[in-house]
Amino acid sequence: MNTQAVLSIYRFEMARFFRTLAQSFISPVISTSLYFVVFGAAIGSRIAEVEGVSYGAFIVPGLIMLSVMTQAISNASFGIYFPKFIGTIYELLSAPVNFLEIVLGYVGAAATKALFIGVVILATSALFVDLQIAHPLAMIAFMVLTCISFSLFGFIIGIWARNFEQLQLIPLLVVTPLVFLGGSFYSISMLPPLWQTVTLFNPVVYLVSGFRWSFFGLADVPVGLSLLAILGFTALCLGIIWWIFRTGWRIRG
Amino acid sequence: MAAMVQIQDLRKVYDGGFEALKGVNLDIEEGEILALLGPNGAGKTTLISTICGITLPSSGSVTVGGYDILADYRKTRGLIGLVPQEINLEPFEYVRNTVAFSRGLFGKPRNDGRVEEILKKLSLWDKRDSKIMELSGGMRRRVLIAKALSHDPRVLFLDEPTAGVDVELRRDMWDIVAQLKADGVTIILTTHYIEEAEAIADRVGVISKGELLLVEDKSTLMTRMGRKELRVDLQDPLTALPDSLSDFDLALAEDGLSVTYAYDTAAERTGIARLVGAFSAEGIVIRDLQTSQSSLEDIFVTLVHKTEDAA
Ligand SMILES: Nc1ncnc2c1ncn2[C@@H]1O[C@H](COP(=O)(O)OP(=O)(O)OP(=O)(O)O)[C@@H](O)[C@H]1O
Ligand SMILES: [Mg+2]
Repeated sequence: MNTQAVLSIYRFEMARFFRTLAQSFISPVISTSLYFVVFGAAIGSRIAEVEGVSYGAFIVPGLIMLSVMTQAISNASFGIYFPKFIGTIYELLSAPVNFLEIVLGYVGAAATKALFIGVVILATSALFVDLQIAHPLAMIAFMVLTCISFSLFGFIIGIWARNFEQLQLIPLLVVTPLVFLGGSFYSISMLPPLWQTVTLFNPVVYLVSGFRWSFFGLADVPVGLSLLAILGFTALCLGIIWWIFRTGWRIRG
Repeated sequence: MAAMVQIQDLRKVYDGGFEALKGVNLDIEEGEILALLGPNGAGKTTLISTICGITLPSSGSVTVGGYDILADYRKTRGLIGLVPQEINLEPFEYVRNTVAFSRGLFGKPRNDGRVEEILKKLSLWDKRDSKIMELSGGMRRRVLIAKALSHDPRVLFLDEPTAGVDVELRRDMWDIVAQLKADGVTIILTTHYIEEAEAIADRVGVISKGELLLVEDKSTLMTRMGRKELRVDLQDPLTALPDSLSDFDLALAEDGLSVTYAYDTAAERTGIARLVGAFSAEGIVIRDLQTSQSSLEDIFVTLVHKTEDAA
């Protein structure tokens, strides 16, 4: 194991983050506050409670998931796309590192950043609503696993993308809609039966549901299934990345 | 001892189906400086990229320090330093940090003293806390070299290190190469400047259209392939060459005051004595004689053209 390489990549990626720390900190605080003003005030005045939880509190897990997923994807995809774009990837390809070490460095850094954002949003939310966390350990586990799996996913997008448009494409066209339709801001049980069934094909539903369960003990799908879903997604992404480095797809000519 | 780098029947076909290397065989000895010459698109960068792990070989094998580049990639890559042809650097990164980063990437523990030595050797110490984007092109190229040297490689690939570099920096570069050679580092460099190969290489390889046309000791190459010219200055101008001299390869200068005779040094007899005899038989008075040898450049052009004509 080339630990030095993992640490070098990790530190290098984190340095970028620390250079813009204020920005990294302020933007999630502001956007979270806006969500509470808009969703909390506008919708919350019509929906007082969802399954016994105040609407303001109910949306917190979804809100955190939304940011954590998009942050993880954008950090990880940019992290590996940029060296490809400016050509510094030659160094990575000619270094004595294997795919796991590269992934640990890049994905580890992206996941750390996403986790930081998640924690900031959680803290901001606590200023607006009364939050209790029923299963803190499960909450941490879901958050960390989401950071990791979506950073892995972002890493794949970064390698796949041939230009900046493609880099934005998947998050915009696939992830954001899935998250919004994934029960982040409502309970699946509020939907008509047909849509409830359709929704079950949306993988994000399982993540949000499990994460929300860790807060309120409420879930749209069994929590075991949520855990399985996120572990499955992580394994799938790892498998794809392993294949990418084995074949050199889009990185080694 | 086995060669430091052993390339056997190396082929590279790019995804589009283009065959950039057509079965290259080459042994590079430890501690030597090998210059690879070849026109644009010959496959020099492809060859280097394949050895370093940036592109995958289609077939054939390469060993570095006795290890296979695919099976033992950690060992081979740890031995290799690469200075790429393009200046690929993160613009916002600081000089010192980027060199330290490279060292870490190659698995070496942090060593600020070593990084300092390297930066000083490359006259970059003053710029250690500058961002890459604040450096001139020549300095950036030196940063690339510093990065390549950061993990103390035993084999160094320099892909056109002096392209677009001024005369002074080129001399600096040659000095650095000479120092590295003194430390026992094996150096492979590509260049379009024949004078560069002549100045620093021990051996010269010529590559064209994915094929290695020859690899030879620089001096052997120059004597074996070299054509010499004899210039004969005459006392009185000639209007035409006498028929009796027609079996020599001669050219009469426009002013008629000199004749050049091209001959092959590899031939058994140079024919000079016979030529001089023929001149006096014709009553032509010779004022002076001088010889000159063709440069690597002439050899190179001849070789590449010969294969182009054959194709
Ligand atoms: N990624 C690639 N995909 C397809 N063809 C490629 C690729 N890279 C290089 N080639 C082709 O392979 C051939 C050799 O290219 P290479 O870069 O090795 O040449 P070179 O000898 O380094 O030339 P130069 O002196 O211009 O740097 C060229 O015809 C080039 O177009
Ligand atoms: Mg080249």
